[in-house]
Amino acid sequence: MGTVIIDGQEVELKDGERLNCIQLAARVQNDIPRYCWHPGLTVVASCRMCLVQIGKKDPKTGEISITPKLVPGCQTLVSDGMVIVTTSDEVKNSRAMVEEDLLLRHPVDCPICDKAGECYLQDYHFQYGRDERRADIKPFTSRRREMGDTITLFVDRCVMCTRCVRFTREISGTNEMMIIDRGARDEIDVFPGFPLANKLSGNVADICPVGALCDKEFLYEQRVWYMKSHDNVCAGCSTGCSIFVHENQERIYRLMPRENQQINQWWMCDDGRYGWKHVHDEQRVTTPRKREGDTYTNIEWSPLLAGLDATLKNAKRLAVVLSPMLTVEEAYLLAKYARTIDEHALIAVGYVPVEGEDETFKSGFTIRAEKCPNRLGVSKVASHFQGELVAWSDLPARLASETFDALWLTGGYGHAWLADDMAATLVNIPTLIVQDMFTSAAYEAATYQLPGASFAEREGSYVNHADRLQSFQWAIRPPQGVQPEGRVYWQLLKLPGLYNGRRVMEDLAREIVYFAAAQQPVPPTGVDLKVNLLAAQPAGATV
Amino acid sequence: MPDFEPVLLANVGVPNSFTREVYESTGGYAALRKVLKEMSPNDVKELVKSSGLRGRGGAGFPTGLKWTFLPKDHPGPIYFCLNADESEPGTFNNRILMEDDPHQVIEGIILSCFATGASTCYFYLRYEYPLCYERVENALAECYAAGYLGKNILGTDYSLDMYVHRGAAAYICGEETGLIESLEGKRAWPRIKPPFPAVEGAFRKPTVVNNVETCACVAQICRRGAEWFKSIGVPPDPGNPRDPGSFGPKLYCLSGHVNKPGCYEAPLGITVNDLINNYGGGMRDGKRPKMAIPGGISMGLLTADEFDCPLDFAGPGKYGCLGLGTAAVVVMDESVSIVDYLYNSCQFFDHESCGQCTPCREGTAWSRNMLKRIKAGQGRFRDLDLLLEIGDTIGIIPGTTICGLADGAAWPLKNGIRKFRQELEDYIKRTNPTGYMETRPPPALVSLDVH
Repeated sequence: MGTVIIDGQEVELKDGERLNCIQLAARVQNDIPRYCWHPGLTVVASCRMCLVQIGKKDPKTGEISITPKLVPGCQTLVSDGMVIVTTSDEVKNSRAMVEEDLLLRHPVDCPICDKAGECYLQDYHFQYGRDERRADIKPFTSRRREMGDTITLFVDRCVMCTRCVRFTREISGTNEMMIIDRGARDEIDVFPGFPLANKLSGNVADICPVGALCDKEFLYEQRVWYMKSHDNVCAGCSTGCSIFVHENQERIYRLMPRENQQINQWWMCDDGRYGWKHVHDEQRVTTPRKREGDTYTNIEWSPLLAGLDATLKNAKRLAVVLSPMLTVEEAYLLAKYARTIDEHALIAVGYVPVEGEDETFKSGFTIRAEKCPNRLGVSKVASHFQGELVAWSDLPARLASETFDALWLTGGYGHAWLADDMAATLVNIPTLIVQDMFTSAAYEAATYQLPGASFAEREGSYVNHADRLQSFQWAIRPPQGVQPEGRVYWQLLKLPGLYNGRRVMEDLAREIVYFAAAQQPVPPTGVDLKVNLLAAQPAGATV
Repeated sequence: MPDFEPVLLANVGVPNSFTREVYESTGGYAALRKVLKEMSPNDVKELVKSSGLRGRGGAGFPTGLKWTFLPKDHPGPIYFCLNADESEPGTFNNRILMEDDPHQVIEGIILSCFATGASTCYFYLRYEYPLCYERVENALAECYAAGYLGKNILGTDYSLDMYVHRGAAAYICGEETGLIESLEGKRAWPRIKPPFPAVEGAFRKPTVVNNVETCACVAQICRRGAEWFKSIGVPPDPGNPRDPGSFGPKLYCLSGHVNKPGCYEAPLGITVNDLINNYGGGMRDGKRPKMAIPGGISMGLLTADEFDCPLDFAGPGKYGCLGLGTAAVVVMDESVSIVDYLYNSCQFFDHESCGQCTPCREGTAWSRNMLKRIKAGQGRFRDLDLLLEIGDTIGIIPGTTICGLADGAAWPLKNGIRKFRQELEDYIKRTNPTGYMETRPPPALVSLDVH
């Protein structure tokens, strides 16, 4: 317990809290400028932008004494009775000095710099910089140096905050980046023959406060102020990193990590970061079609769904395969739809892609081998309806032992996934409905071909490997001709209005105990289903 | 020559003074034997504390007090680092000690390690001292052979190993945490404090870093006693309760335009005039002095009028300088231009700034560039204000940097411009008669290179 006074405002400290001045100031919307400090990295206190004045309030007399010397806010932990001043002339002058210093050798090439618009140097210069240049004007130089396959360095823009160097030492643990030379001539570089080549490399461009480290994929693709940012969840693996999707006019330009202390902290892997290309793939199927005999006819969604509904209602035995790429809500709606037609419909979980082993980095960040976002969530829905878990590998046996009149197969994977032998089994089913993003042997043979949505076009929730549920909205509209799965099922169930993931979640959280914690609105960082479930259960009940 | 009998330099000039034989023949290692037999580490600590010995490396921090910052009853290991990375311009007293009397230094180190409980000592030696390296290595081999180092020194329980680590010629390695980083094999970027090295230093263990001359003083204190040490020098200023006084003999490095430059031992508190006239044999060619650096280039500048400045730890501070520093006095006569002096100083700090903190990295480079332009005849009056502003805002005293290198860069600027402003203005006016009042930023000197 304790009280800290910052610029005259009292802030309460909780027990055992270890906060530095920057973190404390953030509580009262006082943004202390900084370059080198990052909450996920060690403190070096070298940029000197966060200098503040501190003092002490005498608990007896109430007298406040301020130390004239400036201290770095990042390095100074707050304690009871401390006084922080961020508005004095000394602090203002020191900020102006650091801004002026950093611009001495900076090329000021904002018009051609990718970081312009989200650059600390720019922002702080507007807020704290001097209104005139006093130093000699420097010839413009813009040297570029390759760090690796993903990242390039614009040497002259660097402010030597060393965040990138610390990142490769502390988070990825790969130590590729370093500082060469000394004093005003020091530069970031990689060791000769050892380029920046780790699966977290993209993060160094995110944490770079200026336009020095740039992502080659994103380089010169889009000005940041044209893009809209949407909260989303990475569908690359079962870690389920919280991300931002940055898009302009329904086109994704980049994915960036969104801070989530329970899952990915501030980071995301390159697999996920660059794993959105399939969304805008030319090969994506975008035309709903119906097969009659051997010929396919393009057909509008509403007549198609009416026909589909009629066909399924005539069928006796029904099976649906819920892809782990679907959201919980979508899986629930499809399963529910199947059960309204055939109350013994087989609800199985689709293909779960697994590649290699889990990959854990020095900080504990893990890339999972399970390359789908929602196996757990979909499995819980499927087993709720089915009473047991019917996995993709169990499906051939079930199909052999029983006769099904219709099977609804969902995909949504960013790559070819259906094995030939499985496809051969599926094509024997009289009515085969395939909903996918890309064509496959099963899609080619399907009675109904339904083009499906990508992760960025969906709305709903994923449950990651650790039972954490995160909800998100769609970031872009699907290509013309594509209906997101949720919307299709919503229409088939003849629910009122438009598909609304939140309403579905409220229903299913009431119905399926596992999801009980999601009945309340889900915060941006998600909810832990397991912890809440244990608390919600009566004593002695098993999960 | 004055009548002060040299103690630290007593053996200098004796043939083969760097051998153990000669050192022992003049009473060397007797103190070590006595201390190991009769005294506890705490006694040594108290002895040094009571002697009032202050660190000779530049900051003048009381040595005994520094030792007491070590955590009590630490399970170990505790490390001792000898700072022999002597690179302050004008300073060469450590070199003399290590070249001509390495055993005196080593005895002091062993005593200091004994007092602090260190069982490992790293002798961080400047790379540019090959003769020191040779002689220190030989002296260490002699000590191991004689049982002064290694396991169970002189039959006691105390063991100590000493390793010589050669730096790679960077000024910043003389900063104690820069030294520790360099010792650990890292880039010599000074650490943020706290934690101070006494709590968490080399390899994250408590570490003491002491200067070569400090250790030599420890050896003499153990040999001659604290009373002897206190009988030399300047007592504390009664008007300043925070002044611990300046006791003991000090090695002054006198260089520049004097007749007999060299390393002289004198009691702390002699004046610059004393040093020049009684030790240095007066000004060279009888010229008039113009200015002097009181204690290494970082400490600032004294004008010829201020040569009555006493060279003790508090003295130069009263004349607007940073402090005594390493007591390296560089005397300049009237042939030296203040512009050249400032350019040279700025060039040095620009070259040696480690590049970690923005104000120091950019401030030193900016001031150098400005002085280069002034020197080239493109100076403006406004540059002087900017240089002064840089000088006033960089360093640990205003709090804008991690280590004191920037203070060292700031003091020559502050003193040089404040004390010689008229000369600088005259120079600028003379060399840039049309543009000296210009205030707009100078245009780029090279044509724009657009990529």
